[in-house]
Amino acid sequence: MGLAPALVMTAKEREVLPIRSQEDIVRVRQATRERAIVQGFTLVDQTKIVTAASELARNTLQHGGGGDVTFELLNAGSRRGLRLVFTDKGPGIPNVELALRDGFSTGAGLGLGLSGARRLSNEFTIESRPGEGTRVAITRWR
Amino acid sequence: MDKIPILRMGRFLLVTIQVDMHDRLALQLQDDLTQRIVRDRAHGVLIDISSLEVVDSFMGRMISNIAATARVLDAETVVVGMQPAVAITLVELGLSLEGVRTALNVDKGMALLREQVAAAGRT
Repeated sequence: MGLAPALVMTAKEREVLPIRSQEDIVRVRQATRERAIVQGFTLVDQTKIVTAASELARNTLQHGGGGDVTFELLNAGSRRGLRLVFTDKGPGIPNVELALRDGFSTGAGLGLGLSGARRLSNEFTIESRPGEGTRVAITRWR
Repeated sequence: MDKIPILRMGRFLLVTIQVDMHDRLALQLQDDLTQRIVRDRAHGVLIDISSLEVVDSFMGRMISNIAATARVLDAETVVVGMQPAVAITLVELGLSLEGVRTALNVDKGMALLREQVAAAGRT
């Protein structure tokens, strides 16, 4: 929207990007890749988190009607990781368990978005309230 | 840049995807290829994805759709050059690209296409 990413940045390790268009999904992929490189991820680990981010960004746009993603660079001692939190104020998911099943889809996709993103991450949480929106957080450690 | 170029080489169509495609661009490519298969009476389609650093479920579905549509239009499809990190990720994502022939590089892909077309008795 109006704010440039740099202005919404609250701390050096925390940034927010909007997800309002298909082009934003591409931007989320690129931003995820850059941060995964900064955190020293291997090429395979970069690819996994970028792919998970792409799935979740598309869900945010298509099912949540748009929203945003917050990037957090995690530095816990010698452990380095990357956390992405996707939030939308869309219709929410009535049955999260069902939505996490492979092949479940209400859209035109393959139904691998949520389940695939979970498999590609080390940590995965989802909260959704019908009528209020959805929040999905994924973390991958180096 | 809002179109992926499609080249013709004899009876084959050649596509090299070199940009990180947004979803509309991927759908556009699917449409364009379908049109070109018919218009150019192509017998084969070779898609080079060696520059793609990510293939998510949407792009995977597009690739499967292209192959399935081409088959209905009597053309073979071969996808070449998938990066190892992309292959590992695709499998973990749960995407098998069923029905899509793959080859390591353009040379091998072209050889495979020629074989398939020859086997179908259309040399």
